[in-house]
Formats: sequence, structure tokens, C-alpha cells
Amino acid sequence: MDFELSETEKAFRDEVRAWLKANKPPANGADEGQKGFIESRRAWQKKLYDAGYVGITWPKEYGGRGAGFMEQLIVNDEMILAQAPDPINVIGLGMGGPVVISHGTEEQKKRYLAPLLSAEEIWCQGFSEPNAGSDLSGLQTRAEDKGDHYLVNGQKVWTTLAHVAKWCMLVTRERKEANPRDGLTYLIVDMQSPGIEVRPLVQITGDAEFNEIFFKDVKVPKSQILGEAGNGWAVAMTTLLHERGTLGMALATRAQITAAELAEHARNLGRGSDPLVRQKVAQYTIEARALQLNGYRAVTAVKRSGIPGPEGSILKLMWSELNQRMTETAVDMAGPAGQVGDGDGWVYQFLRSRANTIEAGSSEVLRNILAERVLGLPRSR
Amino acid sequence: MDFAFSEEQEMLRRSARDFLAKECSSKVVRKLMEGPDAYDPTLWRKIADLGWTALGIPEEYGGVGTFLDLVVVFEEAGRALLPGPFFATMGLAVPVLIEAGSEAQKKEVLGAIAQGSARATLAFTEPSGRWDAGAVTLTATPNAGGWQLNGVKLFVPDAEAADYIVVAARTRGKGEEGISLFLVKGRLKGMTVTSLKTLDMTRRWSEVRFDGVKLEADSLLGPADKAWPHLKRALDWATAALCAEMIGGTQKVLETSTEYAKARHQFGKPIGIYQAVSHKLADMLVLSESGRSATYYAAWAVDADAPDRSLAASMAKAYVSDAYRKVAGDGIQVHGGIGFTWEHDMHLYFKRAKSSEVTLGDATYHRELVAQSLDL
Repeated sequence: MDFELSETEKAFRDEVRAWLKANKPPANGADEGQKGFIESRRAWQKKLYDAGYVGITWPKEYGGRGAGFMEQLIVNDEMILAQAPDPINVIGLGMGGPVVISHGTEEQKKRYLAPLLSAEEIWCQGFSEPNAGSDLSGLQTRAEDKGDHYLVNGQKVWTTLAHVAKWCMLVTRERKEANPRDGLTYLIVDMQSPGIEVRPLVQITGDAEFNEIFFKDVKVPKSQILGEAGNGWAVAMTTLLHERGTLGMALATRAQITAAELAEHARNLGRGSDPLVRQKVAQYTIEARALQLNGYRAVTAVKRSGIPGPEGSILKLMWSELNQRMTETAVDMAGPAGQVGDGDGWVYQFLRSRANTIEAGSSEVLRNILAERVLGLPRSR
Repeated sequence: MDFAFSEEQEMLRRSARDFLAKECSSKVVRKLMEGPDAYDPTLWRKIADLGWTALGIPEEYGGVGTFLDLVVVFEEAGRALLPGPFFATMGLAVPVLIEAGSEAQKKEVLGAIAQGSARATLAFTEPSGRWDAGAVTLTATPNAGGWQLNGVKLFVPDAEAADYIVVAARTRGKGEEGISLFLVKGRLKGMTVTSLKTLDMTRRWSEVRFDGVKLEADSLLGPADKAWPHLKRALDWATAALCAEMIGGTQKVLETSTEYAKARHQFGKPIGIYQAVSHKLADMLVLSESGRSATYYAAWAVDADAPDRSLAASMAKAYVSDAYRKVAGDGIQVHGGIGFTWEHDMHLYFKRAKSSEVTLGDATYHRELVAQSLDL
């Protein structure tokens, strides 16, 4: 057991720290708007890419850094310390790239990974449908075999970044099988294809962060299959493992930031003398730390086995519920004033956090995963 | 960074688990907990022969291995609910001796403990039950070139079985200033040890009363008046060790409850298929794993003497105190009626969770320490 950084790791940390100090963009202005936000985050990712700070663990030949998980952790930690914004291509970096690396052909890796890293091409994830949420195998978007291409018809929903994305990870039904997990085909679909319509969905925050996508007779060449035709379930599961594992580490670091911001909020409001506030803020700080330490243990396990295990589900489950409690306490601490205007920025976070226990695997699904795959309890479905 | 135990430590864990399964079964635990002092000299000899009583003690005093090795054994001891003075000796007294003892004291007492020929404990708490420096009010006053002790220590773990009792006393002032430590060997005139009837029968607490007890000058352990920083460091060790025990118990409850949920059928199906049960177990898993992470980090921080060792220990104790109690309570619930019987072991864990919760400060106390670290 050892938490010290090696000399090489320390040198890398110092390099990242110095670079972030010199290159970090100014905080986003409130009047930046959706479009400005997208463009500034895209430019920020390009800058990170040019410096070699995205795709840390991805192979060098596809534009990655070819480094290890430690370097990834160091970059994550330094990004937090610098309060640097996230890169734009969160879905692509967390899921699209890793799944192409796991299941893609050499040609696909060469084609997709570098532009994903540089943010030249943004990715979105077409999994959920109006009638297929937690039960992904119930999806109805059809891919009809037309020889050299598929004809895709259907609808996806809750698709983050669809309005600016170049590629969509689309899970479709090619054949009806007795087991609904069979007969699915995983496609990488060009969002500029004729027949695709993207409609923004307004959320409880008042923003339109995600979308509905409608597919009407969309032609998708067979070269766009990821993995094997009919074997899309396995590819989708790899995607979700990465979603909960890799993303889990990012969430662990985000929880630490939120806890620190909450403590600052309490100090600013002069609520530090309230024993209940002290207890709550301390408890959240402890949970955020435990979450991060769980992540460190998972990373050590990944270093030994190579792939993230279902333990990543613990991170996502803990973070989402912790984030709801933290943001609610932040609003509560200010009394009625906490609900007026943007409440020092907490009102948005408070509302947004309600999606945390639904998106990327609802808390109910994650508890099923822990019960069945970690504890080995019988399947409930 | 490497956040896992070494291969050697995992081997130690396996051998400890096998040994305790054989030598400290539930039957043994129950026999000991109903005995006069929960201490079994034969079992202690076997433990000492395995080298457990030498773990974490510096080599020059007959010790072997690191604190992390000891933590592995504590986790297994907690899993098996090992009764008797192992925690009091290795978790409480040993670190105080390491931190504050003179060469002569370390040679004598640590040497005897390492060999398995002595047991010890720490008498810190008083009727207030508090673990902060201000709670130490038992007085030690200079007397004929030595000292005289007056006052009451309460909730002293396994004092009945202890050959040495380290006593935290007030020599002047208040708070952290004016605390001194004394090494008391055997039972002296004016000293009474009374065993208390405790909720957790596997871990004895005693009242240790000092009515004008006279001590020689060389019984002072560490600097007069200024022992608190040493004691505080020893408490970091103790806290990490206790958390390891607690997480061992938490894990055992989780495993037992999971197995029961697979085996027990109702409405024609194993109860673990129902989400009301399986989601409870998933939550128990989250608590157990997170408590484990916080505990292992605290153990590493103590072992490596990291700057955040006290904070790490407080975070672990706050989290694990709540987690063990919750998991043990839910474990009874998952078992239904059988979990509420004397015959089933679930209540032993539930009770150990409660006694561990208040030992070395409860979750509320440690959260307050964390709040102070946040400048709240």
C-alpha cells in the first residue's frame, strides 16, 4: 500500500500544474450562452489535446498519450485543483473512445479516435428510447439490412450534445430474437446523415442540455458497425462499464470539489456556528473522500485486471445521491434567499442534481447490478 | 500509488482467517463472553506464537512487521469477534508505549507484550465518556519523589485481563496542557478494578478507581504535563486499528446476510430476488466498501506518518461508526426472526458495532473534528 507519487509522477504532476496555470481559460461568463459554451469548451479541449492531456491512457498511434492510470489520476486531480473546465467531448472521451478501442477495427480506430480527442468531432450516445430506459433491451429503433447498408428508423431520447455531435453511438434492433439481448447491432452513425432530426428537450433547470433524435429512413453503411452485427449488446455493456468506471473517477473528483465549495458557501453565509451545518458539511466531506478512495481502490484493481469491474457502479451510485444531498443543503443553508435568483449558482446545481440518480444508470439499476454481479444474488428479472 | 495489501499481507490474512475460524469459532466466542474476563490464556499463547502480539512493535523491542500487518490481523479479529485484550493491548496500549515510553519502559513492556507474556490497556475515559483532552480530570500530584493518583477511569477496555494499565492523568491546567501518562503495573494499593455489565459481552469495560494510589517516579510515561501530542498520535493508531476491526465485522455481516438471502425461500423464491431485500444488501455493500477504503487509507496514513493521519483517522471512524451499526442492524432485518434470536450470531455483531461506535469517539465527535479541519 502506497499513496506517494514516484519521482517521475511528481515531475509529471508539476508539468501539468504549470501548464494549467499558464493555459487555463477564464471562467465561463453567465451570458456566454449555449453556443458560446460549446465553442469555448471545444477550444479548451483542443488546447488540452495539443498539450497531450486528453486520452492519457489511449494508445499513442491513435493520438493518445499511451500513459497509465496514475497519469490519468494526476491530470484529473490537477484539473480539480485548477478548477479547470471539463473538455466538451465528455461522452466521447468517457465512452465512445474506450468502446472503439475495445471493439473497433484497426480502420475504425484510425478514423475516429484522433478527431474525438481533438474535439474536432463531438460524440453522443443513442441508447435510451421513450420505451427503453433502464431496460435497454426493450429498444425498438430498427436497423433493416439492405445489403451494403442499414436503413434506420426510430427514436432516441435524453441525448446529450446531439445537436452539435458528428457521431452517435447508436444501438439498434436488427432482428427479433427470443432473448431481447440478441439481435442488436451497434452502429456509429453520422449525425449529418439525411433523415436525422434533432429536437431540444427543455429540462427542469430551464436549459436544453439534451435532445430527442428522430431517425427516418437513415442510410448507414455497414462499415459503421462496431463489433459484430447482432452482437450489439456486448458492445453496449462495454460502453456502460466505461461510463460507470472511467466516468466514476471523474465524478469522485467532482464530489470533492462540490464538498469544498459547500464548505466555502457555509463560511460565506456565516453558518459555521450551526452544529447541524457543521455535521452535515463534515459528513459530505467524508463521503466525498470515501468515494475518491473507492475510486483509487478500483484503479488499483483495474491496473491488475485491465478492465473496470462492476464496482464502478458504487462510485456512480454514491456520487449521485451525495450530490443531491450536498446541493440541497447548499440551497437550504441560505433560507429563502437560497431560492431567489441563482442562489450563488446553487439553484441550477440543485435542480440539475435530480437527474443524477436517473442518467447513466438509475440508482435502482445500479443497486440491481451491485446485488447481482457483486453479491451474486439471484436476478430479479 | 498502490491501494491494496501486498501478497505477503494477503497471506497473513488467509492464515489469520483460517486460524480464527478454528480457534475462535462462534462457540468459543460465546464461552469466553460468558466467562469472568473474556480472556483465555491458551488462546493468547497461540496468538503470540503466531507472532500477532509482536506486529507493529519496533524490532529492537522484539517486534516484527508493520502497523499495516497488524491492521490485517485486526480486520480478521473483528470478523471473528475475537474477545479478550487483543485490541486493548495492541490497539491502545502499544502505540502509547511506542510514542511516549522511555527506553527502559519500552524494553520491559513492549518486550513482554511481543513475547506474549503480558497484556495491557489504556485508561483514558472517565464518567463523561469523552475522548478529548479536556475530559481527562483524574489527578496525579507529586508525592514523596513519586506521584499520587486520585480519580475514576470508566469504560476501560479489558482492564481485568491487563497486566499493565497506561493511565492518562491531569497534572495541571486544563485541555491539552497538563496531561501526563503513567504506567501502572499490576494492582496497587488503593486501586480497584470493577468489571461492568456491558451490552457488548465480547468486549469488557471496567471501572478503574484510584484512591490515593502511590506511584514511583519512573512510572511517568513520556513528558510531564506535555503528553497530549504523544497520546494523540497513539489515538490515531488506535482509531485506525478499531476501524479495521469494525470493517472486518461489517464484511462478515454482509456475507452472512447475503448467503441467507440466497438460501431462504419465501413465496417460492429466494428472498434475495426481491428488490426490497437485494437493494438493502446493495446499500450494505456500499457502506462496507466505502468504510473499508476510508479505513485502509487511515491505516496507511498512520503507518506512513502522513501529515493528514489524524484527519484520515477521524474520517474513517466517523464513517465506519455509522456504517457498521447500520449494516449490523440491517443484517438482523434481512434474517428476519432468526436474526433476533440469541442463538444466531447477528446480535453479537450488532452489539460489537454499538460498543465500537462509542469507543475512541462516536461519529458525531469525529465529524466535528473534520468540521474544524474545514475552518467551519
